[in-house]
Parts: sequence; structure tokens; C-alpha cells
Amino acid sequence: MAQVVLSNELGRQFAGGQTHFDVDAVNVRKLIGALDEMFPGLGAELQSDGIAIAIDGEIFSDPFLEAIADNSEVYFLPAIKGG
Amino acid sequence: MGYEDKELKWVGTRQIRPDGVDKVTGRANFGADLNLPGMLTGKILRSPHPHAKIVSINTDKAAALPGVKAIVTGADMPEMPSEMAQAGEGAVNFRYLSNNIMAHDKVLYDGHPVAAVAAISDAVANEALSLIEVEYEVLPHVIDVEESMKPDAPVLHDTIFTAGVEPKPEKPSNVVMRVQMGFGDPDAGYEKSDVVIERNYTTQPVHQGYIEPHAAVVEWTENDECRIWCSSQGQFMVRTFTAKLLDLELAQVRVTPAEIGGGFGGKTTIYLEPVAALLSRKSHRPVRMVMSRDEVFRATGPTSGTAMRVKIGATRDGKIQGAEAELKYQAGAYPGSPVAPGCMTAFAPYALENVKTVGYDVVVNRPLSASYRAPGAPMASFAVESAIDELAQELGMDPIDLRLKNAAKEGTQAPYGPKFKSIGYIETLEAAKAHPNYNIPLGPNQGRGVASGFWFNIGMQSSATVNVAEDGTVCVISGNPDIGGSRASLAMMAAEVLGVDYNKVKIIVGDTASIGYNDVTGGSRVTFATGMAIIQAAEDVVQQLRERAAMTWDIGVDAVVWEDGFARPASANAGDFKPLSLADIAAKAGRTGGPINGKAAINARGAGAGFGTHICDVEVDPDTGHVTVLRYTAVQDAGKAIHPGYVEGQMQGGVAQGVGWALNEEYIYGEDGRLQNPGFLDYRMPVASDLPMIDTVIVEVPNPAHPFGVRGVGEVPIVPPLGATANAVSHAIGKRMTDLPLSPPAIVSALDS
Repeated sequence: MAQVVLSNELGRQFAGGQTHFDVDAVNVRKLIGALDEMFPGLGAELQSDGIAIAIDGEIFSDPFLEAIADNSEVYFLPAIKGG
Repeated sequence: MGYEDKELKWVGTRQIRPDGVDKVTGRANFGADLNLPGMLTGKILRSPHPHAKIVSINTDKAAALPGVKAIVTGADMPEMPSEMAQAGEGAVNFRYLSNNIMAHDKVLYDGHPVAAVAAISDAVANEALSLIEVEYEVLPHVIDVEESMKPDAPVLHDTIFTAGVEPKPEKPSNVVMRVQMGFGDPDAGYEKSDVVIERNYTTQPVHQGYIEPHAAVVEWTENDECRIWCSSQGQFMVRTFTAKLLDLELAQVRVTPAEIGGGFGGKTTIYLEPVAALLSRKSHRPVRMVMSRDEVFRATGPTSGTAMRVKIGATRDGKIQGAEAELKYQAGAYPGSPVAPGCMTAFAPYALENVKTVGYDVVVNRPLSASYRAPGAPMASFAVESAIDELAQELGMDPIDLRLKNAAKEGTQAPYGPKFKSIGYIETLEAAKAHPNYNIPLGPNQGRGVASGFWFNIGMQSSATVNVAEDGTVCVISGNPDIGGSRASLAMMAAEVLGVDYNKVKIIVGDTASIGYNDVTGGSRVTFATGMAIIQAAEDVVQQLRERAAMTWDIGVDAVVWEDGFARPASANAGDFKPLSLADIAAKAGRTGGPINGKAAINARGAGAGFGTHICDVEVDPDTGHVTVLRYTAVQDAGKAIHPGYVEGQMQGGVAQGVGWALNEEYIYGEDGRLQNPGFLDYRMPVASDLPMIDTVIVEVPNPAHPFGVRGVGEVPIVPPLGATANAVSHAIGKRMTDLPLSPPAIVSALDS
């Protein structure tokens, strides 16, 4: 099971304040689908612009099919810009 | 393919940049240099008020002036929905972008555009502007971030309700959102601590200070094509933004990138192009618009000013037990300050168990903030690195030793959540401590400051083409404007992969119709991401060269290797053939299948995080408060420096800008909310005579995700200078300086207090 961490704001908005979850998913698309089943509406929010995902320390600004391992750590973060 | 075990011929050397001669001889074409037949001059009328409703705009007299060919107001801009959409480097609210480019019903800062004219000359255009009658209903304004957060502050937008707070607000506010991140319990950490430092800090908005003002030429053709020539950090960004704001299809817009005279993040957005396009469409003639320096200061993006509070506690052994920061960032007239990355980067150099950052994005009656190198990080770093320095003082520890004691390394959980992959922060601390400059004795009124900094770096989308000419020379097409020498670094990587002379590789920056999509030149991504695309395109060429050689020799392609620019039989078993050079194969390409061109289009993954550590020595004149920077040493992990000279240039440039931010730069607004120093005489940026030679040390901890080990290098060097300089001044005068800039009056005032 991947360990998934939402931001405080998303946790408050969709998951009753909970931010840490164990989710069984092989890639980002499946993960977001699973989270949306748990908390309807969360999936659309996670796919909205302005949110990035870190999988095992690597930040992806627009992930979709990136693989998630059984013990991956997944964080949903504000998207990063540069100067 | 990785090249870490190969002997490199071009990567890591200091080649002459291909664009250098054109730039120093004045031949290079920047945004304002293009002339088209029948071209008009476009100029913008700007609000003199920081906050006002537009009651009416009467353009009749201006339109009647001989020589005026077109006039545009907000009514000419299509209505945009207020929603975030993916564009450029990230999400953009096109309603805000449209309203910032041309005010629709309200002006929100001194300099906000309200109308534009196209005329046959500058003089006629200026006269036309003076004939446009705008009736305003002036509203109360607010310039300061903390004033803007007060419940009784004038509200800029009645549609903004603070996000991220409970209960959901019922009244509109200037506080756009609250963000929070971190883990553990800082309060529990302070209870264990022997020393706790808590301070408030402020920084002022500063401009990116690029030499070249914004400029664009636009020609709207009779078949509804919009052709744009402009200076920007991304021709595809200009295409996307302009098309969206004018309700056009992307294929209708073709953007040709001019040379760019500095951007530093400030040219990752647009100001002029849609306005020039509308003027061109109305007048049926090409229109050129060039901002004055006054306009650049009054209406283009500074980075945020801030008000911050930092608290750090540590035990006597120097172990940090708890840390927190509250960051309030000015967004300018519309939402979008870089407070979230400020929160993420503030404590990133440190391995912490208890950390919390809270940030607020706040609108004020100033120009909309824009990206500036490592957006959001330098301010937060200034506050945290000042507190770390004070902590070291209180503990009686060497400031580098304190940082080493708490330094993040591979596997450390970053304050924003994920664990770091391979990073080189400790190596920068060790190199700084070992540098001779760190041990030079200091005299009276002199001080030494240390600070570290972090930036994520990014990858994103890049396309590249490598074309082989019949004589074996090579043309590379990139889709990223060259700001910091990327033509050279990209060509060097192509030469390395192909095994040809660097001088045989020519590189151009293509327009939006001649190369596939590229994200902006920003985020320190080009040498990393576009470099990766060019490596792959060159490897595509190498594969084709091996296939052509195999065809020529009538052997299998697996029996052909590419070494040092020649196809060779892989072993004696493959046959005895004379090696074929790239030129040999290219000359016969028609016989073996046609032209040899390589292509790659990627979404680059694995941008390696960057860290730097800086040492600043200053001397303060106690009578005048003037600060002289005696020495400055910048150490940074570049992963692998493709062109060390340009990496050093990035480091030195970041330091120069950061020192200016720390010592002098600030916007001065009058009580009337109007900017009083919109020019380089009164907005004091450092010049060459203000700075010593900036010493650089490149640390190379390779990024395993890049074939040559590259990490982005353009953002990190502006993060530590604010803290390093402020810490040096604080030590020199014996007082902790917490409010930037440390201009002479501020220092004299501190000394007198």
C-alpha cells in the first residue's frame, strides 16, 4: 500500500481533516481514482492545475501514468514555478 | 544513456557562446529592434490612481487626432472566466491576466493600463494619450501587506474570500489564501530547547531589473493570423497567453522570439502582446510597443514584499528541536504571490523533526507580482537564515558547524513532506568552511555572514531537433530563448553525444511554428530539460548514423559502434572497414535513405534539487551607514557544470541581485499611492563598482536522473545573499538587522537607537 499525504487544506475540505492514507494503486491515475472513491470530488481537485505530486521524493508537475510502488510515499503539493 | 563513465571532450569546458559576438557588436535583434513596413507606434495610457473605479472613458478626441490609427480599451478585450487554467509553467487565472493587461472596470495600482493607441509616431501617440478622457471614482488604497490584512482595509476584489480557513468567510478579503505545511510539534521542540530565537522580519518588493524593457511587434494579417516578434522567456507561453486572451486558436498565432536582455522570471508572463495585436487588427498595420523604464517599474512584476515571523529552538549541542515561520507575501493587485514555495523552501536546508510554516497570499494596490529567480524563496530564506545565525551566536557555535549539525541530506524529510533524493548541501557547507575566504581576519566595523539556500529546480516539456547537413556540420533547434548562455551549453551536449567539434554545431532558437512545444526558459530548466531533449535527439542521429554505416558495410547495425565521431566496426568479427565520420555518412545520406535528422520531445523528469552556501564580508561606515562588500564567496552544487563559466555567471549574477535586494532596492510609494522612484537613478541596483569580484566554487554532486548529471543552477544563487549580507552587516555593527533593505539611513538609525 502506498502512503499518501494530502495537504492540510485538501484534508480539511474533503477528508474530515485527515491527511494520511494507505492506498493500493499502481499508478497516479489509479491512485487519484481510488482517492476519489473514498472522498467524492477529491479526484477532480487533485487533477486541477496548481497541484503537483511527489512520488518517493521526485516532484511531478503533471503526472498521469507515473508508477507507484507498493511502499511508495506520495505527497500532493502546490505546483512549483521558476523564475 | 549515461555519460558518467566516459571521458568528456566538450562538456565541462569553457567554449565561446555562439551569440556573443552579435551581442557585443550590437547586431543581435532584441524586442524593440524589428522594423516592418508601415509599422505604427503603440502606447498605453496608465492610471494615476492606486485604486479607482473607471466611470467612463471617452476616446473621441484622441480618435479624431490626425495620425491616430486605432484605440483600444478594456471593452475590446474578450471577457475571461475567473478560473485557473494550465499554461506556461503552471496555472494562470486568465481573467486576472486580462484585467492586468488592460483594466476593465477598476484600476488597482498606479500604472494600471486603461487604454492604448496606435499612431504614426511617438509624438502623435503621446498627444493622443493626453486627449483620452478617463473619469475615475477614486477609492481608498492600501500598499502595505499587514495593513491590507486588517479587517477594515480597503477591499480590492469583492470576489475574493480567504481560502484555507475555517469557518469559510462570508465577507470578501484581501487575504487570498492561507497555506500551512509541516510535521511534528514545534512547541514540544521549544520545550526541549536551551535557546529559542523569535523575530519579525520584513523585505520590500524588488524588481527583476532586466536591462531590456518589455517590447513587442505584432502584425495581424488579413487572413487572421497574428504574428508576434517579442522578447520573452518563452515564445510558446506568449502564444498560449495571447491566444487565450484574444479567443484565438493557437495555430493562428506565430511567435518569433527576439533576443532577450534579461528576464529573471519577470518575462514569464505578458503585458503588451494582446494590446498590440488588437491595435494591429483595428489599424490593419503592424504595431510596435516598447515600454519606458518608468512603465517597467510602475506596471510590471516585482517580486513580493513580505512580513515574516520566525521561531527556532535548539539544544545546547546545536540540534534544532523546533522551527516555525509565518509568512505574509504581497501578491500585488491580483492573487498569486509565491508564498507557497516560500513556505516550502524556508527550512528546506535542515533536517527537522518539528516544523511548521504558515503562509498568506495578500493583494495590495501595487503591480501584480511576477516570478523572480527562485520565486518566494529568498525572502523566507533571509528570515530563517538570520534566525539560524542568531542561534549560532547564542550557542557560541560556528554558523557553518551549526548548519552542518542540522543539514539535510539524501533521505531527509523536507519540511514540505517528501524525502530528498541525492542532494549536495553538506558538500557546499564543507567547501565553504574550507575556503580561504572564511578564515581571513576581519578588522574594525567589519562583519562576516553565512547563509544557505535551496531551490527545487524543475523539468517539464521540451522539444529539440538536430539536423545534419550534407557536409557533416550540425544545426540544433531549441525552443527556449537563450538568457544565460544556453545556446552554448546545449550545443556542447550535442557535440559531446555526436563526437563532433563544438564549432561544427550551430544552434538556433526556433519560432513556434518551426519547433515543437517548449515550456518557458525558467525554473532553471533549460540546460537540464531541453539539454536532455537535445541529448536524445543527438542519440537519435547517432542511431541513424550507425544504421547508415551498417547499410554501407552490409553488416548488422549491432555490429557498428559510434565512437569519437566515427562509425566503426564493433569488433574484428564485424569486418575490417575504414571508419566513417559523420561527414562521410552525411555526404552519402541520399544513397542510404535521405537526410539525417534527429528529434526528441520529452516531459523531463528528475530535476535534481539545488543547494548553495554563501559567505559575505562587509565593512560598515558607522558615520554614513554605507556598506562596502569586501568579499563574497558563493558555493553551489551544480550536479555537473556543462559550461563552468556560465554556471559561475549564474552564481555571480544571483549574488549581485541578492546583494542589491539586501542593501538598497525598494519601491517608495507616496501617501497618494503613487510610485516615487520608477527609474534606475532612484531605484538603486548594484553596479559593477559596488561589488567585489564574486568568488565561486562549483560543487558537483551529479544528478543521477540526467545523462551528464546536470542540476539547474539559475535559481539557487539568489536565495542565500539576503541572509548572508544581513548577517554580515549585523555582525559588523553589533545589532541584529531584520528589515531589508539595509540602506544607509536604516543602518544609521539602528546605530543611533
